[in-house]
Amino acid sequence: MTETNAVAGKDMPELEKAPTGIRGLDDVTRGGLPQGRPTLLCGSAGCGKTLIAMTFLVNGATQFGEAGVFMSFEERSEDLVENVASLGYALDDLIADKKLVIDHVRIEPAEIEVSGEFDFEPLFVRLGFAIDQIGAKRVVLDTVEALFSGFKDQAVLRAELRRLFGWLKDRGVTAVITGERGEGQLTRYGIEEYVSDCVILLDNRVHDQVTTRRLRIVKYRGSAHGTNEYPFLIDDRGVNVMPITSAGLAHKISSDVVPTGVADLDMMFGRGGYFRGSSILLSGLAGTGKSTFGAWFANAVCERGERCLYFAFEESPDQIIRNMRSAGIDLKRHVDSGLLMFESARPSLYGLEMHLTRMHRDIEQFQPSAVVVDPISAFRGVESEIHSTLLRLADICKERGITAFFTSLSLASDHVNEADRGVSSLMDTWMSLTDLESSGERNRVLFVLKARGMSHSNQMREYLLTSHGIKLAEPYIGSEGVLTGAARQAQEARELSEAILRAQTTQRRQRDFDRRRGAVERQIAELRAGLEAEEHEVAMLGQQETGREAILTADRAAMATKRGAAE
Amino acid sequence: MSDAAGMEFDPAQPGYYNLRLYVAGQTPKSLAAISNLKEICEEHLSGMYTIEVIDLLVKPQLAAGDQILAVPTLVRRLPPPIKRIIGNLSDTERVLVGLDIQSGEPPRA
Repeated sequence: MTETNAVAGKDMPELEKAPTGIRGLDDVTRGGLPQGRPTLLCGSAGCGKTLIAMTFLVNGATQFGEAGVFMSFEERSEDLVENVASLGYALDDLIADKKLVIDHVRIEPAEIEVSGEFDFEPLFVRLGFAIDQIGAKRVVLDTVEALFSGFKDQAVLRAELRRLFGWLKDRGVTAVITGERGEGQLTRYGIEEYVSDCVILLDNRVHDQVTTRRLRIVKYRGSAHGTNEYPFLIDDRGVNVMPITSAGLAHKISSDVVPTGVADLDMMFGRGGYFRGSSILLSGLAGTGKSTFGAWFANAVCERGERCLYFAFEESPDQIIRNMRSAGIDLKRHVDSGLLMFESARPSLYGLEMHLTRMHRDIEQFQPSAVVVDPISAFRGVESEIHSTLLRLADICKERGITAFFTSLSLASDHVNEADRGVSSLMDTWMSLTDLESSGERNRVLFVLKARGMSHSNQMREYLLTSHGIKLAEPYIGSEGVLTGAARQAQEARELSEAILRAQTTQRRQRDFDRRRGAVERQIAELRAGLEAEEHEVAMLGQQETGREAILTADRAAMATKRGAAE
Repeated sequence: MSDAAGMEFDPAQPGYYNLRLYVAGQTPKSLAAISNLKEICEEHLSGMYTIEVIDLLVKPQLAAGDQILAVPTLVRRLPPPIKRIIGNLSDTERVLVGLDIQSGEPPRA
């Protein structure tokens, strides 16, 4: 909401504005109400006209150093002080500090007898006196139209009102004039024709027995403004307007990864966790531990010293803390250290818009780095509205780089139910929890449907909610799908026994072989011994032969010698 | 800016009228109201009334204090209950009805 009219801004000074200090309203009016001019605030009974007008004055006095005069034509001063005390405004203090004057103009039609001409100069006198008393810069006339019920001579009244609004402009005060919504026109007596610089319309619609307050800027002379209907909220923390961010896709993204809080689950993602600032949907059947995953995630966020905001729509904070203690998470210490904040509310308490406005305000105030919404399926309403609400919530988080973790209850055993399908396109990461029924038991199974921007496991993994956290079991794929629980254990046992059997077989084979090798080696040794014996014998024979040959030769020589001698 | 008339009467006396006329400046309307009021009082309440004229431009704090919304406003402070009449008091009949003054013979039928 920071885009200003650059072309106009160079040629002429931007219209001066008086900030209201109301979160969101200053955004949609691009800075506040037109300074020194009257603004008409109209709406039907119970829309919060008086409260918004009073907030304008109180914020002016406390935040912007501008004193204010509240001229009430309906409520008595004491009633006003009491009524806005519920918003945390201490009007008595402001009055004592000379920052606020409340003037109640009592109109008693029954008491007024008219004889001849008159005018409303005392109104000017009163206002002027009050403004001068405290140097007021802001004025509220709540609901000036009440004059019409007291005076029948409308011609005089209209002329005087026209004069009054002109006079307010001359005095240079920023005025808010409230008016009751009329048939076919903005106000019952058509005073919008006198106050035309800025007109804000309030509305309080009931849909499905749930009311939603909405605000629209009908016109704003000399300034750009948001044109939509914006939901707003009035509660003990004042008035909040929810600016709808329609653009929403210009946010910066991060490649940082934040752990899921479950070590085994981290392993299923290529980057070891979720991207920071992404939105994560965890859908699952009842009792599959969606909240437990959410709590582990919150726990991981807080353990890194970051803040986490937990919106619970089904359980009270105390209940969550107690239940999660059994799952091995001590959330209490994070609450105590101020890192974790719970915001619990029944979904039926307000309409979707109001929930969104409230969450938006809480996020603005707490500035968390992660948000858990448990569960989004608690919102009931038209699907398109839920979709747009979640879209805006996701955008609010993305804009601020907040990692958003949503859980959603799937109704049917079908893990992709209608609502999930609707919101899944908004989600960067989607995991599904389901349970498989086999062998007379139900076992919980988790799988990752998508994880934008990172690889992820395609396996269905059985997980166990233990008192030390969530453990993912090794996957077993049998002929009928993933094996879980007892079947998985049986499979594990079977594999174990088969392994033993295989080991035994191998050992036996080894022994047999060893034995055979021994036998063969013995045979080889025997043969070699026989061979050696034979070789020895042959050698002996050779030697004997050589010896005999030598003897024979010697004998022959001796005989020859003998014969030679004789010859 | 207050002037009183007929002070010789005892305020506690029954039938005594204490009237206050609020005006804002010496406008024709104010002056007409003052003269109209004096005329009516002289005629119908001779010697039984006091009139106090208050100019709100001089005493602006009284505008809020006395819940004055239009001028001229005539307030009957006594006898009770308090009654208010706004306008320049040109319609004598309405003034008499408003002040609850029996106008002698007619026009009360």
